[in-house]
Amino acid sequence: MRHTISVLVENKFGVLSRISGLFSGRGYNIESLSVGETIDPQISTMTIVTTGDDWVIEQITKQLNKLIDVIKVVDMKELEHVEREMVLVKVAPRQQDKAEVLNLAEIFRGRIVDSSQKTYTIEITGDEKKIEAFIELMKPMGIKEFVRTGKVAIAREGMKKKG
Amino acid sequence: MKITGAEIIIESLKREGVRHLFGYPGGVVLNIFDLLYDNKDIQLILTRHEQGAIHAADGYARATGKAGVALVTSGPGATNTVTGIATASMDSIPLVVLSGQVPTMLIGNDAFQEADIVGITRPCTKYNFLVKDVKDLSRTIKEAFHIATTGRPGPVLIDLPKDVTSNKTEFVWPETDIRSYKPTYEGNKWMITNAAHQIAKAKKPVIIAGGGVIISGASKELRELAEHAEIPVTMTLMGLGGFPGTHDLSLGMLGMHGTYYANMAVQDSDLLIAIGMRFDDRVTGKIEAFAPHAKIVHIDIDPTSIRKNVRVDVPIVGDVKRVLTVLNKVLKEEVKEQWGEVRKAWLKQISAWKAERPMSYTWSDEEIKPQFVVEKIHELTKGDAIITTEVGQNQMWAAQFFKYDKPRTFLSSGGLGTMGYGFPAAIGAQLAFPNKLVIDIAGDGSIQMNIQELATAVIYKLPVKVAILSNRYLGMVRQWQELFYNERYSYSHLDVIPDFVEVAQAYRAVGLRATKPSEVEPVLREAFKIQKPVFMEFVVNWKEKVYPMVPAGAPIDHMLFEEPEKKEKKLKAVK
Repeated sequence: MRHTISVLVENKFGVLSRISGLFSGRGYNIESLSVGETIDPQISTMTIVTTGDDWVIEQITKQLNKLIDVIKVVDMKELEHVEREMVLVKVAPRQQDKAEVLNLAEIFRGRIVDSSQKTYTIEITGDEKKIEAFIELMKPMGIKEFVRTGKVAIAREGMKKKG
Repeated sequence: MKITGAEIIIESLKREGVRHLFGYPGGVVLNIFDLLYDNKDIQLILTRHEQGAIHAADGYARATGKAGVALVTSGPGATNTVTGIATASMDSIPLVVLSGQVPTMLIGNDAFQEADIVGITRPCTKYNFLVKDVKDLSRTIKEAFHIATTGRPGPVLIDLPKDVTSNKTEFVWPETDIRSYKPTYEGNKWMITNAAHQIAKAKKPVIIAGGGVIISGASKELRELAEHAEIPVTMTLMGLGGFPGTHDLSLGMLGMHGTYYANMAVQDSDLLIAIGMRFDDRVTGKIEAFAPHAKIVHIDIDPTSIRKNVRVDVPIVGDVKRVLTVLNKVLKEEVKEQWGEVRKAWLKQISAWKAERPMSYTWSDEEIKPQFVVEKIHELTKGDAIITTEVGQNQMWAAQFFKYDKPRTFLSSGGLGTMGYGFPAAIGAQLAFPNKLVIDIAGDGSIQMNIQELATAVIYKLPVKVAILSNRYLGMVRQWQELFYNERYSYSHLDVIPDFVEVAQAYRAVGLRATKPSEVEPVLREAFKIQKPVFMEFVVNWKEKVYPMVPAGAPIDHMLFEEPEKKEKKLKAVK
């Protein structure tokens, strides 16, 4: 099962390495990880996407909680939440596909953030399904390169815990 | 008034109640060493190797319950402590390690004697710090002691760049409040009540006591629980001494080299009350076949220990002493069960197992049996000694044939299994308890891993006794090779071992040797009288194996026992 885990940590040097070291040292898998400051500059949020059965996820959340620099761990599976990810896709379409690329970008509410004679770079934001769908559609157009930010997630306000 | 970082370190250590440091000097820690030169409050024990220093600090911590403190230089000084830090980490021992570091300006430049010790020790410390500003120093030291000694204890390292020890600032001694570190001490009352009802219902309960009982100082509460609810108690290696080994309800140690009756009782039980232990693979054997009929109550201060290896029916996160206090109260005031009849059958079954296969070995008139040496040590000291061990056969015999009645009297590297631990640990324990008899039960392989510390013992007049069970083999490796590798003794024979008597004498200590069973007692008696470090070499039968033994990966009731010899034999049973 895939879980998105939100981790509130002290914004100190070495914290990222403590977290990634925990995952590598205990053989857990990180699918994506993103880090950023919160409204309090002394605290950062890490959003970690990982996979494992219930036992593994329970251990991961407990082990994260045990780290001295970790303030709070939330498994987003337990909450109604919003997830978003951004991708930058650089495509080099043939002349006859250019219009279609721009059209698809429009449909996906993407933005062209860079263009050259041969390429467009498109920024798309959305949940995982949307990102995957867009990449699939771009593949026949000739993707040169793409980069993803990894997921960020936030709980919906006023919603109770699931189940 | 502004004072230097080095002065802040000394002042902070004093405020933490530190009297002894174990260490070794070097370039970047000279500012600190200079202050120790004429300091009256803090004594530094100069070991002969940083690994000796860290294990001695560990032995000091295990014997006293206070944090052990080590001070070493950067680079090799710091990396030499890594084995000792990992040893302490696995066994939850509070240590504060002060390591020197190259000046902040040079960090990352591959400077002389630079090592990224914070990076290296990150996975084997509870926490570690690099102090970059002298203003953070006192708070860091205070937090380090707080983190090392509270919750589930562990080693904490503070890396100290040289310039931080010479820079000046005002000294402040702050309050500690780490918002992200709040260990859970009080167990959930509802869960504790649930556990009490499980105990009331159980027909065949067993307590497994681990190192957490000792760390938490809960021996009294554990004994109260066992005696009140009439529950037999088995111990992990780390738990030995947490419950009296001579008590009728004691089953001794369980697991790979546990007693027959402990392993049988656990496998047959309908309720396991696991207290301050973590279901290590050496304890459970084949995990799928472990205690198949038992419900499990698990009490531990570390939530990650619970449901890590085994399923748990009643998880209780909290400090063992506090949880047991509440549990005992609930049992007496709310449950009020009388177990007399219910327990009789179970205790009778356990007595039958004890009678069927007591801890034993085959006596020899010609050759010294290593078990006999350990048994004699127990007999002559009446159990009143601090025993440290190395790792391997010596460690298992020390666990099996000496009955530990008090906590903090058995100091052994359980989790990491560090050869070379026992001798420096004995030095640390002796420093803490100058008037106690401290004995390292060693093998001829292990003792050579930190034999240089004999100089430390001699210089500081620490009369540690070392009983070397000498068989010219790395005995436990040899045992596995005999049993599972067709007697192919690949690199387990030591060929040449030093003359330990002469080694002792060369260091101005005392060396004694016994080669016949009749010499064992006289040698021990003489050694215990001498107010100096003593090496006792007991030349023992090299074919002797540690039994019972559960082969790795087998269920713990699948034990191997000593094969009866063809010739006439005298089986010697231990009470």
